[in-house]
Order: sequence, then C-alpha cells, then structure tokens
Amino acid sequence: MSRVSVPCHVKGTVALQVGDVRTSQGRPGVLVIDVTFPSVAPFELQEIMFKNYYTAFLSIRVRQHTSTHTPPKWVTCLRDYCLMPDPHSEEGAQEYISLFKHQMLCDMARVLELRLILRQPSPLWVSFTVEELQIYQQGPKSPSMTFPKWLSHPVPCEQPAPLIEGLPDPSRVSSEVQQMWALTEMIRASHTSTRIGRFDVDGCYDLNLLSYT
Amino acid sequence: MLQEESDLSLVIAQIVQKLKGSNLYAQLERQAWASLQRPEIKLQSLKEDIKEFFKISGWEKKLQNAVYSELSVFPLPSHPAAPPEHLKEPLVYMRKAQGSWEKRILKSLNSMCTELSIPLARKRPVGEQKELLNKWNEMGTDEPDLSLFRPVYAPKDFLEVLINLRNPNYENGDSLSFRTHLGLIQVPLKVKDIPELKEFFVELGLTTGQLGIDDSTQVPPELFENEHVRIGQKVLAEQDSAAAQQYIRQGSPTALRAELWALILNISSQPEDILYYEQLKTNVIQHDLLVDSLIYKDVKLTASNDDYYFVFEDYLYQVLLCFSRDTSVLGHFAYNSASPPKSYIRGKLGLEEYAVFYPPNGVIPFHGFSMYVAPLCFLYHEPSKLYQIFREMYVRFFFRLHSISSHPSGIVSLCLLFETLLQTYLPQLFYHLREIGAQPAGSCCVCFPSSEPDGGDITGRS
Repeated sequence: MSRVSVPCHVKGTVALQVGDVRTSQGRPGVLVIDVTFPSVAPFELQEIMFKNYYTAFLSIRVRQHTSTHTPPKWVTCLRDYCLMPDPHSEEGAQEYISLFKHQMLCDMARVLELRLILRQPSPLWVSFTVEELQIYQQGPKSPSMTFPKWLSHPVPCEQPAPLIEGLPDPSRVSSEVQQMWALTEMIRASHTSTRIGRFDVDGCYDLNLLSYT
Repeated sequence: MLQEESDLSLVIAQIVQKLKGSNLYAQLERQAWASLQRPEIKLQSLKEDIKEFFKISGWEKKLQNAVYSELSVFPLPSHPAAPPEHLKEPLVYMRKAQGSWEKRILKSLNSMCTELSIPLARKRPVGEQKELLNKWNEMGTDEPDLSLFRPVYAPKDFLEVLINLRNPNYENGDSLSFRTHLGLIQVPLKVKDIPELKEFFVELGLTTGQLGIDDSTQVPPELFENEHVRIGQKVLAEQDSAAAQQYIRQGSPTALRAELWALILNISSQPEDILYYEQLKTNVIQHDLLVDSLIYKDVKLTASNDDYYFVFEDYLYQVLLCFSRDTSVLGHFAYNSASPPKSYIRGKLGLEEYAVFYPPNGVIPFHGFSMYVAPLCFLYHEPSKLYQIFREMYVRFFFRLHSISSHPSGIVSLCLLFETLLQTYLPQLFYHLREIGAQPAGSCCVCFPSSEPDGGDITGRS
C-alpha cells in the first residue's frame, strides 16, 4: 500500500534524570523526544521509520484528536519495544527500524502529537538517540472505477450447446491454450543477467595509479 | 504476518534473478525443451509433467542445491531504507576504519609502483606469452628477483589496526572499571558464551559421535565409524547439499572429504567451468600485473616446496594468478565491508567509462594470502576444480578474516570470542600471560603469524 511522508517537527531531546543534572557521575538513561505536526490536520499513522543510535528500548505515547470537547489525552501506543537485545553490546545499535500501525497498542486514527521515550540502561554508551525520523500516513487510495454491468454482474451460466461428435471439449482446449500462452509470455518476459567477465576496456588494461576516493 | 510474506517474496525474486544468469538455468531450459519429445509429457498438463520429469531425473535436486547455495551467502533481509553501505557493514565507525585501512593499502601499493617504476598492469609481448605458456605447470622453478618487492601488509599490521579499533560512542574510561576490556579487542561486539556455543555446535557434544574422536583405534568401528561412513556414501549418492552440510558436522571420512566439500559448496566441474578457468589462464598469459609479483613473493616466503611436507607450490601459482583476474569475485563486495580498489585507464582519469577495478577481482593479496589455498591442495589435484573450490571458499568465508567488520563470523568477533572465553574460563592463564607481557601471544596473536624478517610492513620499515 502506498504511503506518504508527513512533515513533522522534531523538538530537541529532553533528558530525564533524578537529582542534579549537572553532576557528571552517571549519564541520563531516559530521553524524551516530542514530535509535532504543525501544518497537518490529525491524520492516520501508517508507519514510523528511523535509524537507531544506541537506544535500547523505545516507548511511544500518542495524543489523538477526539470528537468530543474533552481535551486530548496521552495514551501509550508502544511499550518498551526492544531495539538492542543486549544493551551492553553493539547488536542492533545502528539499525534501521520500521514500526507499523498494526504493532501499536491502540488505534492511530487521528494523531496530533507523538512522544518518543528512549531508554538506554547501560552506562557504557556516551550518548544515544534515534535519527532520520520519518512518519508516514496512508497514501491516497487508487481511484475507484465503475465496472461495466456485465463484468460485475455476470449472467448465469447458459446451457452449453451439445457437443459435436469427434471434437474435443471446448473448455479443456481453452484451458490448455491459456496455459501455453502463459508459458510463452513468461519466456518472452524473462531476460538473463549474465556477467560479461571482462576486466579490460577494449583490450586495454594500462592503468593510472589507484584512486583514493 | 504480512511483513514476513513480503520479505519471503523479495528473497525468492532476488534468488530467481541471480539464478537466471547461471549455467544451471541454461541447462534446465535445454532439458525442458528436450523433454518435450518424451511420451509422458502431455500438452494439457505441460507444466506439471515437466516438473515431474525434473524430479525423477535429478534436475530438481540440482536446482535445490543451487538455491541452498544462494541462501547460504544471501545477506539477511534488510530494511528498505538501508543504503548499500549499511548492508556491507552496519556500524559507521567500522566502515570508517575499513575505509582508512584500505586507503593505507592503496598508498602502499601506489608508492611501490612509483618507487620501482613498474606499471600496475602490462600487456605481455608475444614471446613472453609463449614462454609463460610453456612453463605454466612449473612456475615454481622460476626464480625471479623479488628482493625489491615488499608485501603490501603483513598480518601483524592488520592486528594493530584491530587493536586500535574504537567506538567513539563507547565509554572507555581511564580508570579500570567493569567496562574495561582486558584483552586486545576494545569494541563491545556480541559474542556467544559457552552455553550458547554448546547449543550452536550441538553436534560436538559428548553424546554425539565425531570422526576424529570416536574412530580412534581403541574404539570398535561398529559403534560409530562404519555407520557414519555408510551414511556419507549415501549422502554423496543423493547429491543433496543441505544433507551433506548436516552430515559433515559429525566429521568427514578422509576418503569422502573432497567430494563432500564440493557438494556443500555446490561445485561440479562442468565443461563451462573448465572453459572459464582456461579463459582466466589466458588472461594471466596476456597481462602481467604488479600483484603477480606480490603473489610470487608470498608463495616463496610461506608455502614453497618442501620434499616432506608440501609439494604443491605450482598449484598455488595456477590458482592465485587466475584468482586475481576473476571478475566474478567482485560480486561478494555487496556483503563484504571491504571495497575493490578502483583506477582509470591511462589518459582517461575521471571518465567513468574507463574506470576499472585493480586487480580485476578487487582483492589485493597480502603476506600470507597463499595460506588460504595451501590446505586445499591436499584435497584437489585438478587445477580448475581446485580453483573453483578456493574461489567459493573465499567469497563465502575467507574474506571475513581480513576485513574489518562487525559480522559474528568476522575476524574482530572471532578474536573477541577467543579473548572472552579465555578470560572467563582460564582467568589465571589470561592474567599470567598479561603479566609476563605476552599480551599479543596470550590473547590472539596465536592466529596472527609473525612476519618474516625480510617481510617488511606497511609502514615502510623493513
């Protein structure tokens, strides 16, 4: 299904830390990133995509537009999604991740704001975040076409004409011909991607020095 | 789930695309056309009848082996937004380290080229071509003057780069704490511990038979050896790659080893493969490359002939010189963190139509490279088959041993695994080796042989 990127404004990360933030002992293990959509009406979220940078666990809270006059509340739609199976090692540390709406705990029909809560419990890393954050909504559905009446409402089967002696069954012949046509179409459509194997250019392999780029 | 289904379709589509360019595809096509003559192939059920024919005649098994072979090297399905360099190596600092290491190698090769005034590549005059063709089978008897050449790098240079590998986001405090790595490798890659290794190598468990242990002279062969050899012969008769790979985890009988390895790697010496090897041989005869001298020097220093232990020196030249000209090796750079060196035809600097890779296979041989080929010489005596086996082993396994990567089978992870296991299970030995200053030997220079006194190194010191 098609998807359309939604322009979003990613606010600066806010670190949550107990006690005096200025002490150098221990770095914050929880960061919060707010994502707003200033120029877009409440939309249905399809996919969240980002590149991880040493975040171990991700929770997402969403604030949705409600039709009643109650103020919109924050709801958790993703809880402690594991990005790094072992927070002390490099596995999963710089991977590209996509989260889809079917993975969320709640319906994402009229999203106003998102709040990403990043957790990294291991003290081994200097910093952690998520990068290249992109939000997608459902793309426009393909325009509906009106089918001609005979296609959408086929007439009931007519009584087949009695078979003439000696001729093969027409429905069998038509299915065989169909199969053969499909095979010929496949052969026509396929093309090989054989390697050429030559390393020179027109028989010449007289080189400059190696390039550094 | 929808995502897994679409991943699977993508994998299938990519494997089909790859196999379409192979010999097997052409053979299957020919077989299918020829089978139309057979009486059991009926037009109305053409597709099913041909499929049945393939199953009976063994062609389906060959296709299965080819798909299995592709799956073995297929990189894991990745995110659609991930750029190609992310597939080669996901961690940015490792990519950078590999990039600067490659730059050092290129500079070394370029400076050798300018200092010795030898071109990177040269077309041989006809007389020289004839001469080389005549002594193709005994290139070991040649004694060219290689004193001016020095290896591009030695294993100890590479070890130094690995030791200095650092993750900029990793807190390597000055004071000793729980986070300090006591060994040489200072990057926190995930390595398996003993319980995980026990599960991974379950066939090495005490209750499973292993050739090499359970076929020693004291053990009656009826207990394990006879049955295992019989199963091995059956696996070879069935020609099933996946079954062979599973079988060989309990050891391979010496007599069957060569065939089993060939089956697992899906190597069968077809006429096309022999022709391909002959074409590579022609390329060697026609063009002389600077890396050829590096190969000569490496073989002379490491694996030259010895009457008692190694008599296959000529094979090494026949394999390695052809290997350098084989452009099909370039395909493995899609999943290797390394990249092939590039250059331009003289006078056409910067023009992409005249960009070429050097050497044609993109792999610059280093001191000790011939060690990858030497053991295989004991198994295969026909040069084109030996060549195919080595090439397949290289693009599947050996390339990981000399490139900087976070892959669990890469050299960095292997060294870290060794150090971690030693530190965890033999802490006194580990500590003792550190104390006596044998840190490199204690940790992992066991697998990095010391360079020859004459070898020289990448820094230019000899």
